[in-house]
Amino acid sequence: MTDSHTLVAEHVSLGYGDRTVVDGLDLTVPPGRITTIVGANACGKSTLLRALSRLLAPTQGHVLLDGKAVHTQPTKAVARTMGLLPQSPIAPEGIAVADLVARGRSPHQRMLSRWAVADEQAVEEALELTGTTDLVDRSVDELSGGQRQRVWIAMALAQQTDILLLDEPTTFLDICHQIEVLDLLTDLNRTRGTTIVMVLHDLNLAARYADHLVAMCDGRLLAGGPPEEVLTTETVERVFGMRSQVVADPVSSKPMVLPIGRHHAAQPVGHA
Amino acid sequence: MSTAYTTRPDPSPLRAGRRRRAASRRRAAGLLGVLVLVLFVVSLMVGQTFYGPGEVWRVVLGQDVPGASFTVGTLRLPRAVLGLVAGAALGMAGVTFQTMLRNPLASPDIIGISAGASAAAVVGIVVLRVDEALVSAMAIAAALVTALVIYLLAYRDGVLGTRLILIGIGIAAMLDSLVAYVIVRAAAWDLQVAMRWLTGSLNGATWGIVLPLVVAALVLMPALLSQSRQLDLLQHGDDTASALGVRVERTRLTVIVAAVALIAFATAAAGPIAFVAFLAGPIAARVVGPGGSLMAPAALTGALLVLAADLAGQHLFGTRYPVGVITGVLGAPYLVYLLVRTNRAGGSL
Repeated sequence: MTDSHTLVAEHVSLGYGDRTVVDGLDLTVPPGRITTIVGANACGKSTLLRALSRLLAPTQGHVLLDGKAVHTQPTKAVARTMGLLPQSPIAPEGIAVADLVARGRSPHQRMLSRWAVADEQAVEEALELTGTTDLVDRSVDELSGGQRQRVWIAMALAQQTDILLLDEPTTFLDICHQIEVLDLLTDLNRTRGTTIVMVLHDLNLAARYADHLVAMCDGRLLAGGPPEEVLTTETVERVFGMRSQVVADPVSSKPMVLPIGRHHAAQPVGHA
Repeated sequence: MSTAYTTRPDPSPLRAGRRRRAASRRRAAGLLGVLVLVLFVVSLMVGQTFYGPGEVWRVVLGQDVPGASFTVGTLRLPRAVLGLVAGAALGMAGVTFQTMLRNPLASPDIIGISAGASAAAVVGIVVLRVDEALVSAMAIAAALVTALVIYLLAYRDGVLGTRLILIGIGIAAMLDSLVAYVIVRAAAWDLQVAMRWLTGSLNGATWGIVLPLVVAALVLMPALLSQSRQLDLLQHGDDTASALGVRVERTRLTVIVAAVALIAFATAAAGPIAFVAFLAGPIAARVVGPGGSLMAPAALTGALLVLAADLAGQHLFGTRYPVGVITGVLGAPYLVYLLVRTNRAGGSL
């Protein structure tokens, strides 16, 4: 697949009603890479993701997909280029995994078109990549949290978009399933060149899995770049208002944040 | 990736499972269709005089059969067609609302849209004394206005749901009391007609009443069916649906207008037949199972409910009951069950 699609936010301001959540933000998503967005609660990261995915129209500025304002492009055409997994998608009661994943093919279908071989292959591949092939006949209701999340990702993969946006895809998962999901997304990026943009809660996982790390604070972009450059004690202090040490993670040698807190420091730690 | 696909033993479990489920949904819908057809024919056959299927068939073909031509052709056929089409319209419109708002309580007869049509019709008949065609037009306009009012009252940042249902139930109560008030003050000879607007009835079905509904159904049902795929995607939430290429607001508007118009035409012709819109969807869902569109199965279930309830109301008891009394008896316990279950679960279903 190509990594030629570009996604750019140009000085966008976003809000709900009178409340401004994001104010004049610029962001260029590097094509074919993994971008993770971190920030404190209510800093506007999910709002930014909603704007990138065309769910929320900017009050000022533009979101440009391939150089054209995403809000003026047809919904279906955008849906063939860019997929989104929201934070808590809803499954209709009793739906089977295969039928749910198949719905990811919707943007590729016309009103009365029949299910084609290409659709079949896309769904099979999505199931295989996410390791959910054995679950096809199960009802989504009866799956565990980790399985369900993989099924949702399978649905997004069946959509076969070159850009995939995910809003906290690891929330509610235990640590092994978090790693599983993030590894899966990395596979997807490495093998297909899919551009991935995701909001993550966990700083250390965000740093480990990102090619490009974006830190947000109060609706503004504080820093963006390789995790090694972005994730410093200063950034953590400014984003979260928290003292910390940043060390190299012995497994990946990416930066890792160690919060200091008030009680457990073995020796008095000053500012780095 | 294509090699991995071709070396896989055929047929793939994915395709087999999807085909099996689709086939089982089709079978169940087919069964509903057959039952509707049987009840339709039976309701043409039975009455004060019994006519066999052969005689009924010849009447339907337009041949002159002494006795049967009048009884079946003029009395029973419009009534059966009204039951069939009004039931189907209520069923399809009901499941459309329930699917769109992801809540079985969100059916148009619970949230006041049918009550709007009834109130306008009763005022038209009893107070303004206008003719039948104008009554229908008023009912349709009132249903649309009621839907708009509920929508506007419930609208906040585009979030619908439980608030809309509660507001709708309140509006329904207000409109029902308006209907009761007008009927209490009505002259005795208006009561027979006005009663139709309390519970719904197929009494007095004539082609003049039935035909506008049939024409409306022929336009509105295909319009709704064409949106069924988008509507199914809306079940995943607006964000997911939009990401899958659904024009959310446009779909919602199309679907609301078409469903409200269906309800209004059905109500104008047969009155607010109690609980059919509310019951058809959940019953259809049990019968056909998950994973596919419920619009057509719910339409068949609605027709089945109305035809069966009318047959029962006409022939099973000493007194003839209007169809809405029978469906009301069926629907009320389910409403109570649903409210109890919803309260226990502490949220929408």
